[in-house]
Amino acid sequence: MSEINLVQAVNLALARAMADDEKVLVLGQDIGINGGVFRATDGLLKRFGEDRVRDTPLAEAMIGGISIGLALQGFRPVAEIQFSGFIYPCIDQLANHASRFRTRTRGRLSCPMVLRAPCSGGTKALEHHSESNEAMFTNIPGLRVVIPSSPKMAYGLLLAAIRDPDPVVFLEPTRLYRAVSEEVVDDGTALPLDRCFVRREGTDLTLIAWGAMVREALESAQQLEARGVSAEVIDVATLKPLDEATLVASVQKTGRCVIVQEAPLSGGYGGEIAARIADGAFSSLLAPIQRVTGYDTVMPLSRLEQIYLPKAASVTTAAERAMVYA
Amino acid sequence: MIETTARPARRESAHFEIGYTRYLDPDGKLVAPLPPGLADPVRAIALYSALVRARSFDQKAVAMQRTGRLGTYASSLGQEAVAVGAASAMRPEDVFVPSFREHAGQLVRGVTPRELFLYWGGDERGNDFSGPREDLPNCVPIGSHAAHAAGVALAFRLRREPRAVVAIFGDGATSKGDVAEAFNFAGVWKLPVVFVISNNQWAISVPRRNQSAAETLAQKAIAAGIPGEQVDGNDVFAVHAAVAAALERARAGGGTSVIEAVTYRLGDHTTADDASRYRNDAEVKAHWQEEPIKRLEAYLVALGRWGKDDQERLLQETKAEIDAASAAYLATAPQALATIFDFTYANMPADLQRQKDGALASAATTPVKG
Ligand SMILES: Cc1ncc(C[n+]2csc(CCOP(=O)(O)OP(=O)(O)O)c2C)c(N)n1
Ligand SMILES: [Mg+2]
Repeated sequence: MSEINLVQAVNLALARAMADDEKVLVLGQDIGINGGVFRATDGLLKRFGEDRVRDTPLAEAMIGGISIGLALQGFRPVAEIQFSGFIYPCIDQLANHASRFRTRTRGRLSCPMVLRAPCSGGTKALEHHSESNEAMFTNIPGLRVVIPSSPKMAYGLLLAAIRDPDPVVFLEPTRLYRAVSEEVVDDGTALPLDRCFVRREGTDLTLIAWGAMVREALESAQQLEARGVSAEVIDVATLKPLDEATLVASVQKTGRCVIVQEAPLSGGYGGEIAARIADGAFSSLLAPIQRVTGYDTVMPLSRLEQIYLPKAASVTTAAERAMVYA
Repeated sequence: MIETTARPARRESAHFEIGYTRYLDPDGKLVAPLPPGLADPVRAIALYSALVRARSFDQKAVAMQRTGRLGTYASSLGQEAVAVGAASAMRPEDVFVPSFREHAGQLVRGVTPRELFLYWGGDERGNDFSGPREDLPNCVPIGSHAAHAAGVALAFRLRREPRAVVAIFGDGATSKGDVAEAFNFAGVWKLPVVFVISNNQWAISVPRRNQSAAETLAQKAIAAGIPGEQVDGNDVFAVHAAVAAALERARAGGGTSVIEAVTYRLGDHTTADDASRYRNDAEVKAHWQEEPIKRLEAYLVALGRWGKDDQERLLQETKAEIDAASAAYLATAPQALATIFDFTYANMPADLQRQKDGALASAATTPVKG
């Protein structure tokens, strides 16, 4: 069996979902003949035709709104926003509409739609192409927010997102797109939403991350192992709704945690997680909750981008800080 | 039941038409007499030089990207006459509000090639350029700068200054609400702004026909009560003359204009794009016959004002300038780490200062590769 990378896994999940359910439609900018600027929708137009794979004019608010209309009519639109930095015009549609129809109509109408958007930095991209804006969406009730960290996770979580009856923002870290390949079985099995994934078991400390930061956390866990520290690594994966139980149980076991996010510090989702753990695992905590995050700065252009990005080394430093508390 | 076929005779409630202007045809022949200013060959040579300089920058930038010395780059190959024509019609005190493919215009405005290389090389200092200090930097979120242009124009109006704004964006941008909203606002208050639509027929892989069912993009102006017109965007005279007239009108209080410059993107969307996936070579080849530089050269040669020696000298001078700029860019050390913090606020907040101190301290122990 062949190994595929994350963007190929997205493509595989899209094709599977479209083959399984003719109500699944794909739309967005350059997703047709071009196959998406990252090739996530490559081949779909040819296989499923123009009615189901539609290039839209250049307007993100419209893409969001059209998706809502389709979803209200029982279709399952999966729209691509070319980069998460261009999703802002669409937030009106997400916050005021997609997330609210179910509540407003007491269940009469709902929006089973997915907005996929490449996100985060590390690829030396142009301005506005490297944003880690996931926390913004987590503050919208009624939305699900999902970020895969591996090909397998991308395949299973995207299938789950498409099948879910509510709107999902599905963020795909661009620097993971082609970073690693692994075997992905295309059997249509979805992963659960609302679940954090323990990616590595450990006893001394819990490293909590999502998206591209999961790799840094796993690398840090190796560095820590060499120093005799056993780190558990949890991939949050579905940020909203949050699987607090898995996180709390882990920290109850280890007594220490480091939360890693690429997004700026203030208002980041790591703050939410820290509060949940402080509450749920209070009596087990042996050290203050540590956070390793981006800075409260505008994402620098490519020449200084690496300085902004949190790295395994900083995670290890934070972990060692936590280990100092006996 | 109501009979729907029988309706009273209707009178016309509104009427509009969209004109198309061209002076220089693809063979370099004048098809209409030039306005006085442009008939002067010295002017024509200056415009020609600006086009050649822009293309030379473009070629260098693409080559540098290919060899890993520049970031993703958006070439303006084939559509240089739009930005050159527009920028050359402006006064220094006007404000230029570009999208991201208008370096040909930025060069005319006095932004240096080295500064452009810095920007495309991922260094913010390229935006702190030596062109007019009120000109805006590139705008990457498509179309969102259209309203900035209207806002700047409103400021001119409030201060009763005889200045005007030129904003440029693509055919794709005209699908954004931002652009319609900016047209609308500028139209209501007759603001001194000229919106130039650089219609290069493509928005990455989406062809013009899938962007809008409207026959022309210029007619989007009509709905906002603004005059709209088309010009041959590969005829630098046509662009220049239309923008100059619109600017004059704007300064005199006559209001906003929309000029759709019809051109063609001869290159890939950016260096990250492969246009062969979605458009055929024959189409591109055909459009090479219409590109802006060859026709102006043919015109100048026919006038007897341009010869082989002139051409060689221009190419040599331009190449020397661009090569020197590229070398200067490559020799420019990256900014200090601290600069990612220093421009976030006018006054450094204590909270950010703490983050900066932490970053500096950890950089001292773990050097990061840039
Ligand atoms: C709001 C927004 N959406 C998507 C993009 C990604 N993108 C960059 S350029 C482009 C096409 C722009 O087409 P057009 O306006 O015709 O300008 P051109 O590239 O042809 O100069 C797209 C979709 C973006 N930069 N901004
Ligand atoms: Mg275009």
